[in-house]
Amino acid sequence: MRFIEGVEWGVYRAVVIGGSAGALDPLKAILSRMKNDFSLIILVVQHLHASDNGSFAEYLDGVVEVHVREPCDKEQLQPGVVYIAPANYHMLVEADYSISLTVDERVNWSRPSIDVLFESAAQIWGDATVAIILSGANHDGTEGMRSIKAAGGLTIVQDPDHADTPEMPRAAIQADIVDMVVSEADIAQILVELHERGQS
Amino acid sequence: MVEERTENLELELLLDAIYKRWGYDFRSYAHASILRRTKQFLMESGCSSISEIIPKVIHDRECFSQLAQRYSIPVTEMFRDPQVYLALRERVIPMLKTWPHFKIWHAGCATGEEVYSLAILLWEAGIYERATIYATDFNDAVLDHAKEGVYEVERMKEATRNYQLAGGRESFANYFHVRYNAAVIDPKLKERIVFSGHNLACEGSFGEMHVVFCRNVLIYFNRDLQNRALNLFTESLVFGGFLCLGTKETLRFSDVHDQYESVDKKLRIFKNTGAACDS
Ligand SMILES: C[S@@+](CC[C@H](N)C(=O)[O-])C[C@H]1O[C@@H](n2cnc3c(N)ncnc32)[C@H](O)[C@@H]1O
Repeated sequence: MRFIEGVEWGVYRAVVIGGSAGALDPLKAILSRMKNDFSLIILVVQHLHASDNGSFAEYLDGVVEVHVREPCDKEQLQPGVVYIAPANYHMLVEADYSISLTVDERVNWSRPSIDVLFESAAQIWGDATVAIILSGANHDGTEGMRSIKAAGGLTIVQDPDHADTPEMPRAAIQADIVDMVVSEADIAQILVELHERGQS
Repeated sequence: MVEERTENLELELLLDAIYKRWGYDFRSYAHASILRRTKQFLMESGCSSISEIIPKVIHDRECFSQLAQRYSIPVTEMFRDPQVYLALRERVIPMLKTWPHFKIWHAGCATGEEVYSLAILLWEAGIYERATIYATDFNDAVLDHAKEGVYEVERMKEATRNYQLAGGRESFANYFHVRYNAAVIDPKLKERIVFSGHNLACEGSFGEMHVVFCRNVLIYFNRDLQNRALNLFTESLVFGGFLCLGTKETLRFSDVHDQYESVDKKLRIFKNTGAACDS
């Protein structure tokens, strides 16, 4: 597979995903390829309507095999669970692998903000982080992805030509911090391989 | 990664310095968030590393208060999470009605919107006069703002919507009047409120309470400090009193969790049943 040449399997421990307008379908497609024994931590910031009371996470949980849920504050992270940032809260990771939520000001007009999650993941997992930016109409995620790239992590964006709303992946590409520009199907395949090859 | 480790060390030294010099204890705040706030401050301060901030906060009170403001995060709104206020109307206010007099503590009240929101519920239930309300925060600047009760008019639109979602049936405009571009809270809602400085990281109980509100404050603490604050609330609450946390905050990681039963699990409204008290 051309797009996964040069990947060092087995070093990655966490996957952080950011999505906005048009990211629901790709996100669903990616998560549906995962099994309950998925060995990496997965954290997602999807820009939601402020009145979403966890219904987005509940919906996903109903349609994919892995567990999907909104964490509470200071919850301990486990592999095999997909953590979705609740509407109106930024989501950060602590050194003991628990989650901190905050109601700090919006970043890029967003709360949760992808930048906030990505920057905190870079602190905790450094070069063991995989960052993914999906479809979206703004620039959230680019700064966070820059931190992950600087820490030596793997950076992937959904191909803007295939994205419903291309601005967000395109902003990251323009910042020259992206390792792979691939379709949603390929993103799913990479994650499956990260799990399988990371096991051996 | 070496850089990150020194950054953590620098932050630890900075928080130590603040504590020893000014007595404000941020050492048990949630690390990820306080690191983020410190880095924001760093970018604006002209310093090139966190350790360069240390001598400044030691010698310059102004620099310390600016940093402390950064750590305070008084982000709030009226009727934030309207379903919570709806549940209070339906499940908690009827209990309060059975008490001739009751005390409410808003810990970490920020600029006061939450305090006035609850005051409106009490007013509409006809029991405002029976309440004594303590509104506390460790940030004096926001307490002054809360006392004034003056807010941007633009924010009243959303507040009105939230008030209605919270089961409000009156005209929301009854509760403030507009002066230039500001919405000024009706003084009748202030009569029973006492505003006061109080630091949850080091101070003790505020007296016996019937209801404790502490919403979206504990998320800024690590588990140890959360536990301290929750013990403080539990000591303060009367048997059968209510504790209301933010919708993403939990008692689960504290040692008082078995002293409460849920009034509404999802909305984090609890009732003190005093069970399993081992002290
Ligand atoms: C995000 S606001 C929450 C406001 C309101 N309760 C709400 O939910 O809308 C957090 C507040 O907690 C206050 N706070 C933080 N640490 C505190 C401490 N140690 N003692 C008292 N208040 C504190 C901050 O100053 C800030 O006003």
